[in-house]
Amino acid sequence: MDRTEGASGTTEAPGGPAHATRTRRGEPVTFLEAISEALFEEMERDDRVFLMGEDIGVYGGAFKVTRDFMEHFGSDRVIDTPISEAGFTGAAAGAAHMGLRPVVEIQFMDFISPAYDVITNYIATSLYRGSGPQSLVIRGPVGGGNRGGPFHSQNVEMAFFHTPGLKIVYPSTARDAKGLLKAAIRDDDPVIFEEHKGLYRAPALREVLPDEDYVIPIGSARVAREGTDLTVVTYGMMVHRSSEAADRLFEEDGVSVEILDLRTLLPMDDEAIMRSVRKTGRLLVVHEDTRTGGIAGEISMRVNEQAFEWLDAPILRVTAIDAPVPYAAPLEDYFLPGVDDIVTAARYLAKY
Amino acid sequence: MTDTSTMSREAGKGDESMAGLEGFEKDQLKGFLKEMLLYRRFEEKAEEAYAIGKIGGFCHLHIGQEAVALGFIGPLRQDDYVITAYRDHTQALAKGVDPNGVMAELYGRDSGSARGKGGSMHIFDVEKGFMGGHGIVGAQVPLAAGLGFAIKYREEDRVCVCFMGDAAVNQGAFHEALNMAAIWKLPVLFVVENNEYGMGTAFSRVSALPVKERAAGLGVPAHHVNAQDILATWTLVEELLEKIRAGEGPQYVDARTYRFKGHSMSDPVSGTYRSKDEVESKVKQEDPISLLRDRLFDAEFLTEDELEEMDREVRAVVDEAAEFAEEAPFPAREELYNHVYSEVNEHGRLFFDGRDREGED
Repeated sequence: MDRTEGASGTTEAPGGPAHATRTRRGEPVTFLEAISEALFEEMERDDRVFLMGEDIGVYGGAFKVTRDFMEHFGSDRVIDTPISEAGFTGAAAGAAHMGLRPVVEIQFMDFISPAYDVITNYIATSLYRGSGPQSLVIRGPVGGGNRGGPFHSQNVEMAFFHTPGLKIVYPSTARDAKGLLKAAIRDDDPVIFEEHKGLYRAPALREVLPDEDYVIPIGSARVAREGTDLTVVTYGMMVHRSSEAADRLFEEDGVSVEILDLRTLLPMDDEAIMRSVRKTGRLLVVHEDTRTGGIAGEISMRVNEQAFEWLDAPILRVTAIDAPVPYAAPLEDYFLPGVDDIVTAARYLAKY
Repeated sequence: MTDTSTMSREAGKGDESMAGLEGFEKDQLKGFLKEMLLYRRFEEKAEEAYAIGKIGGFCHLHIGQEAVALGFIGPLRQDDYVITAYRDHTQALAKGVDPNGVMAELYGRDSGSARGKGGSMHIFDVEKGFMGGHGIVGAQVPLAAGLGFAIKYREEDRVCVCFMGDAAVNQGAFHEALNMAAIWKLPVLFVVENNEYGMGTAFSRVSALPVKERAAGLGVPAHHVNAQDILATWTLVEELLEKIRAGEGPQYVDARTYRFKGHSMSDPVSGTYRSKDEVESKVKQEDPISLLRDRLFDAEFLTEDELEEMDREVRAVVDEAAEFAEEAPFPAREELYNHVYSEVNEHGRLFFDGRDREGED
């Protein structure tokens, strides 16, 4: 088929804007298109790569990440699975044992739970038990703000963070999404790849990506904004909320905020965190996931272990509230960490 | 469809598979029609409210599948239970949940049946025996086994009806639940609302066997019914309920139906996975409401005037529900902390937790 079809990108199809499955050199692409490009290019590059997931073929995916993929790559490589997360994630792992490189889409990451057993007990331990390298990417949409209620809005990183053997990636920009997904597909370890729904089609995130085939290494954080007074360690959607807060803090208070976008949660880039904390002496961790057992606790402990002497203030966190994700709009807005919350916490820290 | 006269009159004519009207009272039949009209109008109102942003998130309409809700819930006793998936508005209505409470939930209001916290997919009303809409495919099926277990444990004369979509039969949980129900002879009626598509994937592409045969190896007796035909459905359900109440254990029904709208509000009615012609032909020939209406007309059980009056009445109920929802307040912020645990968790109030945000320097 002609892969330039649907590349105009401006037509608002009922399922969302049309997007190209080919790489769009020199044109700005959305976060979602960047992910499509990564999948498409990796499938072109390596025929061991194949996709499994619910409604990803004929339907093109719940969010249309794989629109037109089945026509191009065929139904042997773009597989519409039954709604059986435990089954197809396990099957993907088996195929990975055989040297294939499956990429599994979980339609909403909230639905990953039936596959928890296979991921934590089997996939995460298989190398340790002797399987040899096992390349497997489990990717899908996460995050709130869409009025999806309790089962279509969660962040799943902490359900897997505690399991040695897994890698967890959570990008915040189109460029990182593409480069990190390619790195994940080429990685010899299983990678859980979280994509925030609110970033998928955000106009502000459209950017022109490099022409060349690039990867962003897994395990490396990125300084999203340079600053001197305090460090915000964050990832995903909250990178953008933190940037807004940083603008306000600079304009209204003259406070210079450094934002570190983790990009990979596991393995965590301790060096980048410590470098920034040693520079600013103040740390605020911001995550969209709920508070108790959230990643802020782990980051705080690492800083305590590695950079305590540099701290001039207690470490604070801004997170979602410890509750299921509510549906009602005012409740959900209040539940999610907002710019005001970040500003408030940062002000407290800056003055401490 | 905006008024009853636009519903096709040709539907169902000369269809030999349709059961006769025998065994049903005239008033009962008219009641069926009115009830299904209520479901239809309710969903149309929801559709309208979604279009103008009153309802957000994910919203799945039951239009075209009304006879499933009525046929499987209508014959139940008040103290029986229903548990279902996320296409749950009309099933809640059928179980007696207040239309105002259902609509208010869709609007995310405090007086919604889940206090605005669950939304469209998660209607819940314990008092009415409506044990929840569930947003994840197949997840409610083992819960149904648990409802059945509790009924049996307490030696009660009750039944649980468990709805699921056709795609749910591929979840491991489905097989695990039916197996338990069979070995423990649980009083559960498992109903697969077989509308042929799991979102955008045809059932035939994800199952080697038809829906009806999927329970075969688990020891749960399987049946199938044309669930666009309310009378055939009602008759079968009455028979099955009798068996279940007699202690024969679970039953399983492949209820053949069709979804007239998209999978959810963000999904077109037809698209890559089903053609416009297919949908149009189903709407024309297999609308459960038109089918019953025409049979009542043919039997001279119903006049045009009566139908119009009926429609006015159900529209009034639906309009009132929308007005009620519109006027109901949104949940207060404090509601976020309520019902996370059975008591408000004071330990949730940590530094910079939501409650402390305002007025914080």
